[in-house]
Amino acid sequence: MFEKVRHLNKSTKDRERTWKIIVNMILTIGAAVVSLPFLWMLSTSLKTDSQIMSEKLIWIPNPIDWVNYWEAATYIPYFQYLKNTVFVSIISVIGVLTAASLVAFGFAKLRAPGRNFLFIVLLCSMMLPGQVTMIPVFILFRNLGWYNSLKALTIPAFMGGGAFNIFLLRQFFMGIPNEVIEAAKIDGCSYFDIYWRIVLPLGKPALTTVAIFTFVATWNDFMSPLIYLKDQSKYTIALGLQFFQSMHSTEHALLMAAALITVLPIIIIFFFAQEHFIKGVSLEGGIKG
Amino acid sequence: MNKGQRRETIVFYLFISPWIIGFTVLTFGPMIVSFWYSLTEYNMLQPPLYVGLENYRRLFTDDPLFWKSLYNTFYYVIFSVPLSLATGVVLAILLNQKIKTMPLFRTIFYLPSIVPMVASAFLWIWIFNPRFGLLNKTLGLLGMPDNILWLSSEVWSKPALIIMSLWGVGGSMIIFLAGLQGIPEQLYEAARIDGATSGKQFRYITLPLLTPTIFFNLIMGLIGAFQTFAQVYVITNGEGGPLNSTLFYMLYLYRQAFEFFNMGYASAMAWILFVIIMTFTLIQLKFSGRWVFYQGDIKG
Repeated sequence: MFEKVRHLNKSTKDRERTWKIIVNMILTIGAAVVSLPFLWMLSTSLKTDSQIMSEKLIWIPNPIDWVNYWEAATYIPYFQYLKNTVFVSIISVIGVLTAASLVAFGFAKLRAPGRNFLFIVLLCSMMLPGQVTMIPVFILFRNLGWYNSLKALTIPAFMGGGAFNIFLLRQFFMGIPNEVIEAAKIDGCSYFDIYWRIVLPLGKPALTTVAIFTFVATWNDFMSPLIYLKDQSKYTIALGLQFFQSMHSTEHALLMAAALITVLPIIIIFFFAQEHFIKGVSLEGGIKG
Repeated sequence: MNKGQRRETIVFYLFISPWIIGFTVLTFGPMIVSFWYSLTEYNMLQPPLYVGLENYRRLFTDDPLFWKSLYNTFYYVIFSVPLSLATGVVLAILLNQKIKTMPLFRTIFYLPSIVPMVASAFLWIWIFNPRFGLLNKTLGLLGMPDNILWLSSEVWSKPALIIMSLWGVGGSMIIFLAGLQGIPEQLYEAARIDGATSGKQFRYITLPLLTPTIFFNLIMGLIGAFQTFAQVYVITNGEGGPLNSTLFYMLYLYRQAFEFFNMGYASAMAWILFVIIMTFTLIQLKFSGRWVFYQGDIKG
């Protein structure tokens, strides 16, 4: 009987091993398909024109043409775009972190009549798609003189910081024990002290997630810069790239080089903050319950 | 209300004041104004002129491009959303098999979804290049037809965009993966003791407990797909070509608003899209009771 059990175990183990090999194989093929576009982008960005217009499929350029990167960065005011984008992204992160954490603290830890009702309003506002408010907001900002100004891309971040971010931080702040806050009150801390000295330091993980998400979303945003910015000197990278494409749509090596240097900062951030990304996305999925 | 409670109330409203301002100025106010605009003719030079339901009448009975853009958008939604869901689920299940290489694969699959849309549009324009692009060349190597015009073809432009959307499936995959990892391990242990095969475990444990995540991704996917904009704008240079075959709803709305300055007409379009998205979401919510299973339900 013992023999039989061992035999059974062995066969399940074998089956498991085969299954794992199959899974790994499928995933490897899948990963290859997903990465090929990236490699193709890199390969194209290093090719000379004659290699690009080759009938054959060339993966490793020979000779390697680094000049495309230099040209991509100088044909367009790339560094000006970069400066604008970094500016807009950082200010947006500051705005979102400040506003959303204040509001989230209020909803999480303070009791007041109307709180639950307002929180439901906040949750509902997450459902409203942006295009319904887009036109009146555009006209409002234009009347305020924010058209063709980076103000239109940064100041809104300070006005609440986005319903989703508030929700995410509020959920996290709820986890801070009330005893800690009561104890601080007894020690004579004001509400702002509690927010500043207790809740913010304890909320660091959630704040980091919100900061990264805001940064990437602003960096990648296309529609707002497209609507609000007119002068090339104010363009963000996303918009600048599109402008570049409309001018040089046939210079593929240049376009690939430009796209790569735009993607690179995001990929670097991703590698440094991978865990925060994954956690943030999982939290996003968690609101369904 | 005693003094302390009154103080706390005031402090609460002070803390949430940034959101109250934002909600009033950026959400609620504009919503009302947008509805008002949708009943007017407004080009931003003259004040809005009330025209009743004229914009809606024109859209529904007098604007072939409106219907074309609706058709294009539905075509895209109907194919890209289920395909992305299926691919995302399968990838997540494969990744959840306790293999050592999981973090590496997770990263590779996830990366495309954080690439700026403009940059990935560049990349795909080049991949879809009929003569020198990666796709046709690969098809040629595999002995398949290698002369598809993709983005320059009225027939193939939408399938091309759907293929492109599948590249970014990593975002929903990560959410599925989180959902899978939230399924208690004891359930599988109990099933194994009862002699359930892996197929049965998948059918009776994994799938039912993953339905809330599938539901969430379905809704988010629908909302996102209906609002597709940046990639078509970049790929077609804002025109939705060839022959309006990629004139998606949001692109047409954008053109009406910011190229032709028909703010009233565009506002009406925004409200129609809002109603469409709401209808889809409500239908999904209504039917969700039949197939979405919440772990909390066991207790009740």
